Amino acid sequence: MTDTATPKTTAAKGRREGRIAQFLHATEIDTRLLGMIGALLLIWVGFHFFGLYKNGFGAFLTPRNLWNLSVQTSSIGIMATGMVLVIVTRNIDLSVGSILGFCAILMGVLQVKILPQYLGIGHPAIWMLAVLAGIIVGSLVGGFQGVLIAYGKIPAFIVTLGGLLVWRGAAFLVARGETISPVDSTFALLGGGPYGAVGSTGSWIVGLIACAAIIYFVISGRARRQRFGFHVRPIWAEYVMGALACGIVIGAVLLVNAYPWPIGIVRQYAEANNIVLPESGLFISHGFAIPILILVGVGLAMTVLMTRTRFGRYVFAIGGNPEAAKLAGINTQWMTVKIFALMGGLAGLSAVVASARLGSATNALGTLDELYVIAAAVIGGTSLAGGVGTIYGAILGAFVMQSLQTGMVLVGFDAAMQQIIVGSVLVLAVYLDNQYRARAK
Amino acid sequence: MTDKSKQTPLVDLRNISISFGGIKAVDGVSLDLYPGEVVGLLGHNGAGKSTLSKILSGAYEADSGEIWINGKRADIRSPRDARDHNIETIYQTLALADNLDAASNLFLGRELVNRWGMVDDSRMESETRKIMARLNPNFKKLKEPVSALSGGQRQSVAIARAVYFNARILIMDEPTAALGVHETAMVADLIKELKSQGLGIFLISHDTREMMELCDRVSVMKNGQLIGTENVADVTEDDILSMIIMGKNPRAEVA
Repeated sequence: MTDTATPKTTAAKGRREGRIAQFLHATEIDTRLLGMIGALLLIWVGFHFFGLYKNGFGAFLTPRNLWNLSVQTSSIGIMATGMVLVIVTRNIDLSVGSILGFCAILMGVLQVKILPQYLGIGHPAIWMLAVLAGIIVGSLVGGFQGVLIAYGKIPAFIVTLGGLLVWRGAAFLVARGETISPVDSTFALLGGGPYGAVGSTGSWIVGLIACAAIIYFVISGRARRQRFGFHVRPIWAEYVMGALACGIVIGAVLLVNAYPWPIGIVRQYAEANNIVLPESGLFISHGFAIPILILVGVGLAMTVLMTRTRFGRYVFAIGGNPEAAKLAGINTQWMTVKIFALMGGLAGLSAVVASARLGSATNALGTLDELYVIAAAVIGGTSLAGGVGTIYGAILGAFVMQSLQTGMVLVGFDAAMQQIIVGSVLVLAVYLDNQYRARAK
Repeated sequence: MTDKSKQTPLVDLRNISISFGGIKAVDGVSLDLYPGEVVGLLGHNGAGKSTLSKILSGAYEADSGEIWINGKRADIRSPRDARDHNIETIYQTLALADNLDAASNLFLGRELVNRWGMVDDSRMESETRKIMARLNPNFKKLKEPVSALSGGQRQSVAIARAVYFNARILIMDEPTAALGVHETAMVADLIKELKSQGLGIFLISHDTREMMELCDRVSVMKNGQLIGTENVADVTEDDILSMIIMGKNPRAEVA
């Protein structure tokens, strides 16, 4: 009996798996990406119901928490996109947290102590000059480290380990350890908060532009492949993919618009604008926070850089075979300098987001960030052996790291437990990724 | 072959030397190569064949000596310079980035870009398809990283890279070392075809018999020095073997 039954069930199972495999094959969805999104959703749902069970209230899957999560992820996520390039080329950057701190304190001093003397407090150019200075200083610091690595032939691990200490120390010296606050009011918007978000209408505009772009790329991509006579996805798969992507965008818009301003902020806003508050209160949506829009912008720009430009192609080539890259006429040393300069510049941009969010600049800002950034890139599938990595993976990795952190705070784990879990997850994620890759081969 | 003296050599290496840590890897070697000619470089491991070829391909810079291309002094300091002189190299190690697909490897350092300056993957894939159809009709794995390819397939990617860009001078370092019988024959046919198109080819190999078949002249090196260059038609396989092993040119002694 059992003998006859077994083949039947496995056959049925095989057919069902076959259909899923067919779907994945037709839509050309990256199964690794699917796995990561699945893991992320599992963490979200897990913490939500764990909170429901333990505290009687599931706080995770609420617009408020997810909105905050997006803001908290931005700083790490921005740096993780740069860390992908560094790790893909078989290097490492341990100094990003310290560069962040150094840039933050410089920008703080610049906008609080120096620029107001010449321009007056609240001058609209202050925030722009501060942001520009932060990104430039970050790039210079990163580029300098890149020169030591590429031309001084000092291992990246050592140079950036030195940088970890040097730039943290330098951050202290800039203001003798003082906390610089408050930052310029326009600058502060870059860190999020009720005013640092684009609102309901703004979010719909962003969302619709994104949907239009998705549809354009689906159509133009198909047309291009057809022109060269390459294999194209079946038309239904194109519809499914387009609808899925647009659905996610619209879902995100609905989510951020479902998170209203707190009553205090609404009252303040109403007073400032001479609006009479109705009895039931006003529902003013946050909309997308500016930091998450910065992260999305950085992610798109870095994806284009990595997949559509010669620079990105050379990054992968150097990671795959540095000798071959050199023989193909690629200036690998200068590439290394540029990659580290880019990483430093992104750390400068993260410093903008982090210090704006805090509303002040301290020399301790970004402490231990290097570990979260590296973890995000690695969880996102960047191989430490070099040659493999994606920008979207690193951003998803940053979301995974931040979701774990946030979730554990929400359900009330203490700090020691948080560290143990984050560390274990990192090791487990890399183990699972290795298993996946071994099987995919 | 007899009118060679009237032609301008495609490549004229004059008195090339290079040393690594006090050891002369190439010691005062002069060689020339004419259009439509295959010159074989023979010698033991470490004789300096690959080092000499890497000087011509721009991977190393000679300590002394001159490189003349088409009767003009050439200054080759990087692989890019060599490519600018239409010198293409198939390295013994193949020099492929394992994580990239065939098209990305073929165009590495010379990517086709669209009017926005973005790499045009579709056009590169289409061009790769065309050249591969000519070189290795069985080649189908265009989208996979070259690490997933067999030795012969990887070799054909490396060869395609050298042939695609209209090389005038080709350096082939052990092009058949990793290949089966059938694929070796394909490479031999390709060499003959390229030769008939007027390319000059430096061929490096250990297989003396293969060299006798494919080359017009062979040069033998030992310990960085050139032992001699002979027309293949004038010597026997034994003569060449004794040059490789003894480091002496028997015919030079007779003459």
